[in-house]
Amino acid sequence: MAKQSKQIFKVGLMVISLFALGACSSTSDMDEDGSEGSTVSSSDSSGSSATTSASSDGGQLTQEEIRAQNALRQTVFYFDFDVAEFQAEDRDTLTYHARDLAANPGKRFRLEGHADERGTREYNLALGERRANAILNYLIVNGASRSQIEVVSYGEERPAQSGQSEQSYNRNRRVEVIGR
Amino acid sequence: MAWDLKMGNFVVRRLVVFGICAVLGGQVQAELKFEITDFVGKRAPVAVVPFGWEGEAENAPFDISAVITADLSRSGRFAPIAENDMLQKPTTGVDVDFDDWSILAVEAVIIGKVTQTGANAYSVQFQLFDVFKREQLVGYRMPASRGTMRRVAHRAADMIYEKLTGIPGVFGTKVAYVTAQGRDDNRLYTLVVADADGENEITIMESTDPIMSPAWSPDSRRLAYVSFENNISTIYVQTLRTGNRIKVSSRVGINGAPAFSPDGRKLVLTLGGIDGNLDIHILDLASRKVTRLTTNRSIDTEGTWAPDGRAIYFTSDRSGGPQVYRVGVNGDSPERITFEGSYNARPRLSPDGSKLAMVHLDRGNYRIAVLDLDNRDLLVLSGGSQDESPSFAPNSDSLIYATRQGRNGVLETVSADGLVRQRLASRQGDVREPSWSPFLN
Repeated sequence: MAKQSKQIFKVGLMVISLFALGACSSTSDMDEDGSEGSTVSSSDSSGSSATTSASSDGGQLTQEEIRAQNALRQTVFYFDFDVAEFQAEDRDTLTYHARDLAANPGKRFRLEGHADERGTREYNLALGERRANAILNYLIVNGASRSQIEVVSYGEERPAQSGQSEQSYNRNRRVEVIGR
Repeated sequence: MAWDLKMGNFVVRRLVVFGICAVLGGQVQAELKFEITDFVGKRAPVAVVPFGWEGEAENAPFDISAVITADLSRSGRFAPIAENDMLQKPTTGVDVDFDDWSILAVEAVIIGKVTQTGANAYSVQFQLFDVFKREQLVGYRMPASRGTMRRVAHRAADMIYEKLTGIPGVFGTKVAYVTAQGRDDNRLYTLVVADADGENEITIMESTDPIMSPAWSPDSRRLAYVSFENNISTIYVQTLRTGNRIKVSSRVGINGAPAFSPDGRKLVLTLGGIDGNLDIHILDLASRKVTRLTTNRSIDTEGTWAPDGRAIYFTSDRSGGPQVYRVGVNGDSPERITFEGSYNARPRLSPDGSKLAMVHLDRGNYRIAVLDLDNRDLLVLSGGSQDESPSFAPNSDSLIYATRQGRNGVLETVSADGLVRQRLASRQGDVREPSWSPFLN
């Protein structure tokens, strides 16, 4: 599911025409999963040739574009226990998602809210809805249209990782962006 | 499937006092002395004599006395003696020798017989005797077929239990629950109805998407539940006998936590709406009219009706964490009910209206607790870390709930005084959200 949505974001990015601004490509913002290079290489060659390519109709991604791209690759947002507000460090990432939706009115996605298994099922269903709505509202405030986004909560019914460890609980308190 | 019996490890002295209070407040006082002496954990010895058989075949088509023995034993209040210890095995009243049973210190004797009256027609007779008083307490003859033998046996056990304790038996009732099998993306959810002893499981509904929150109609003929078919929460009401189901709520946002009104005409439910503001609503099933009962910006969910139909108890986190509140069905200002602890959710009232069961955070563990609505005593009844979904038996005397056993959920029952706990022996998959049926007619 998450893969699909990433795919859609990548395609969306490719559509934007790219102009190099001469800045060195920075990897400091990149995710640690190491798969970052493959996304860029489809529009350009390897990193070493990037420094020399300053042609008029193509070239290096700007830092801002890379930041946006990285942001859109993040499709899972985690929450603290019994808290419906997303974490402060996700704010910028979500802003990029909102701008992306605003720039692509045809794009649709679903926010799936989840909770860990502690506590009652219906309360957790409510909590999952609250979490998804917290993100929904932020996206709308930042330019997305309500009609682009569908919200569903599964509460504790669809854990990302089963088990009773703190690590499982942390992974399960989440909102997933699912491309449609 | 079988129930394991475990006696709860609780402070008995305090519970005895609680028990006496509860008993004095009850409506049936004449027969309750027996009850009180039994409360301290001593199980009254009784004898269920193997039933006689008169018919074509060599053996009876069904062992009625075995079911009665299992039911009485499972209640935790009785200790049926072994067949080997019996000095006589009468099948009619005139043959009962009270001296023989007095020697064994047996307090009550149950005898009976099954007589064939047609190709698939039988008469089941049973009698209950008080050994001290040397008299019959109850005697009945009931028609049966091979298909209804088990039900007849449970009904006999219910009558025996009520005669001995003053509390209606619930052996003939049913339990609905949800199971989940498989893992991660390959899950199968089923909605199941079984006898209260775990036998006779019938699958009501099956889905690869989650099923939640089954709730009985007061006539026991229908179940309301939440299904996530097509990735949206939808509330259905399904008639058990026909399997027909009606979609009663599939609005934008959450459609959750259904519970029938005592007259069966309405559902209380949780709707999220377009803005995701989760509130308690009442749905009139005939007109489909929806009335919003709460408007607070907090989470309001898990509504349940007071037995008199005049108020809804629900969970709200308007004070910060989840607590139980009560609101009149006409929408007056909600009143907070629970104050002990930081997490009290998913309220369920006892059918007699005297007790409120809930999930209560007890020193880091989610456990089942019961609040006495008169004296405000809160009694923690379960011992797990992740216990949930308490549901009262229709006699208000015990509850069923889900607890964890390893990775899976299993069902347990506990007497409302906390003295007797039993576990439904592990079965495949994850069992959750039990809901005890009303009395069946």
